Amino acid sequence: MSKQINVALIGNPNTGKTSVFNALTGLNQKVGNYPGITVDKKEGICKLSRNTKAHIIDLPGTYSLNASSIDENVVIELLLNKNDKDYPDVAVIVSDVENLKRNLLLFTQIKDLHIPSILVINMADRMERKGISLNIELLEKQLNTKIALVSTRKKQGIDELKSLIENYKKLSVKPCLNTATIDIDYFQKLKKAFPDQDLYKLWLVICQDVNFGKITRKELDFSNFKTKSASELKRLQQKETIKRYQFINAVLKEGQNIDKEKAKDFRTRLDRILTHKVYGYLIFFVILLTIFQAIYDWASIPMEFIDQSFASLANWTKATLPSGVLTDLLAEGIISGIGGIVIFIPQIAFLFLFISILEESGYMSRVVFLMDKIMRRFGLSGKSIVPLISGTACAIPAIMATRNIESWKERLITILVTPFTTCSARLPVYIIIIPLVIPDGRFLGLSYQALTLMLLYVIGFSMAVLSAFILDLVMKQNRKTFFVIEMPGYKIPLFKNVAFTVIEKTKTFIFEAGKIILAISIVLWVLASYGPGENFNSAESIVKTNHTELNEVELENEIAAFKLEHSYIGIIGKSIEPVIKPLGYDWKIGIGLVASFAAREVFVGTLATIYSVGSASDEEEGENTIKNRMAAEVHSNGDKVFTLASGISLLLFYAFAMQCMSTLAIVKRETNSWKWPLIQLFGMSTIAYIVAFIAYQFLK
Amino acid sequence: MHTSVADLKKGERGIIIDSSSDSIPLKLLEMGCLPGNEVQLLHLAPFSDPLYLVINGCHVAIRKETATLILIDKLNE
Repeated sequence: MSKQINVALIGNPNTGKTSVFNALTGLNQKVGNYPGITVDKKEGICKLSRNTKAHIIDLPGTYSLNASSIDENVVIELLLNKNDKDYPDVAVIVSDVENLKRNLLLFTQIKDLHIPSILVINMADRMERKGISLNIELLEKQLNTKIALVSTRKKQGIDELKSLIENYKKLSVKPCLNTATIDIDYFQKLKKAFPDQDLYKLWLVICQDVNFGKITRKELDFSNFKTKSASELKRLQQKETIKRYQFINAVLKEGQNIDKEKAKDFRTRLDRILTHKVYGYLIFFVILLTIFQAIYDWASIPMEFIDQSFASLANWTKATLPSGVLTDLLAEGIISGIGGIVIFIPQIAFLFLFISILEESGYMSRVVFLMDKIMRRFGLSGKSIVPLISGTACAIPAIMATRNIESWKERLITILVTPFTTCSARLPVYIIIIPLVIPDGRFLGLSYQALTLMLLYVIGFSMAVLSAFILDLVMKQNRKTFFVIEMPGYKIPLFKNVAFTVIEKTKTFIFEAGKIILAISIVLWVLASYGPGENFNSAESIVKTNHTELNEVELENEIAAFKLEHSYIGIIGKSIEPVIKPLGYDWKIGIGLVASFAAREVFVGTLATIYSVGSASDEEEGENTIKNRMAAEVHSNGDKVFTLASGISLLLFYAFAMQCMSTLAIVKRETNSWKWPLIQLFGMSTIAYIVAFIAYQFLK
Repeated sequence: MHTSVADLKKGERGIIIDSSSDSIPLKLLEMGCLPGNEVQLLHLAPFSDPLYLVINGCHVAIRKETATLILIDKLNE
């Protein structure tokens, strides 16, 4: 019978906690969600010895046990709930050798909850360079703990940490601070009211309830106990913090020695350049250009390949398998659908690669610092820049990334405008429409098509900023603004960490979006393959009587087109045609719009499905890529469907419309009301319709 | 009348004497923005806002409006 130890990894942000987690668990990790909230729950298994395993949870980074966001709240919820199945047998507190003083604050708090605790001092390889020396033995004695000096970069100290975890029962659970000394009077009353409870735990619950006010604990009933006001509590929390620092300072005075001369280093020099008034912005701009270049240019090579491969696969399936309904469903519905998902992989991977490198290296905080004042003019925060950049991958993680914006108004505005930034789901639409309607040719060495794409990004971003500005004027400020951002030391990103992030995010996106896309693809195929009434069922005979002059191939195409027009989806498309005609769209595009209401990336797949259903494809020459099919599409009078006017109108519609159910769901969850997602949905759709209308009427 | 962190010039240091305003977020206090600790201004963003500080050995950026609430004694070097 093997033994399992529950371990919680806790630490400040930027301490390399995730590196320690990766070093302990390797590939034995998975990312899930805490029930009911969108906070990532990372857990993994680490083998300690022949019959002992550790189940490790990587908790969200937090500076203390006084939570100010739902991410941080997860940590406290777990540590206060002994009945939770993940309640730790031992807490591993990860600290960073350069910020030991601040990191110890959290350590002493956890210690005071009587949880066996191990202190990891990470990035120990930097100690000498920073002129830091530590008296580990003394520190262990004064803090009543065991210390593991770890360097994930040099792969040192992990085995020592494992053996400490395995022998957690030997750890002392003596607290660091006598809680009652924070406010003797108050804590005496507290003790009288709840004689069997742990004082520090009580105190945390009280602070928590005031700040979060939603937790109900049946073992604690505060109805008979008069708690203090939020402002009084904050004063007590401040007193607590001062007490803790007094303790920490006393400990470190003896246990730590810093040679300040050595500490001056390349961080200072790098900061001077990266936060410079001119070079700082210039470097940021160059980095942005590189990211976009990667997404458009480098990613297009594998994307082309994926597109071709799936087209060939669909044709091959049709040719090889016996013909019938199932083969059609497979080739036209499922394979096209999956192709529409897989094609996203290169771009998403590139984007998350860059974002995780920027985050890991510590550069992102400098951008926040540089942009704060500018963003504030538009009612945003410097911290909005991270969601707005992440939004070019996907609005969902971007909206979740707004959680560290302290001011509710700035955060709400960021959430509302982020979906305007060009997410990767819009890219396939752009990439398919642009070559259809924008002529070849170059301007200053840049192709018109690339410029159009760039322009669409600029338009999306400008609309985000403009609407933020308007929202800022309209909305009343109801809370004070706070802004605190840590400027971490520069680090060369660890390959392992970056790789894990890229794989994890890409996987999540593909599977989450994939499920929706695949389901919609199948539904669409069914709707396009069946229809009600006489017209659909006897399509063949109707077409034959009306078009006696056609040869066999033309006849077959005509029948297929006639069938589509009278299928269920054709009827839906036709019925909305009057609304979208002023924008320059026909009913087939209408079907695409309807289908992509749930997720815009469905558009291309939908058109692919529709056009492959709508033409007898096995008679055509060459591969049936979606592009070729769309380029050949004509109105009944012989005019092309995709002209400059209708193309631009369509591009603009997609640039502004809120077509993503997942985003709406996230906004609902993050703002805790249906009001904001609905405002988003109607506001953005209206803007999209009006802009597309104007564009088409002008260019027509 | 005491000076505040917002009055520091680039590179200057001070000792915090009061940071008890209700408008100072707890997070900043937890990072060590407490009476007796040292604060140094490292860089200023364009338009002199936000401020990039080292408080108690911790590198952090805050807005000017918050900086004016942290009262200090300037250290003359």
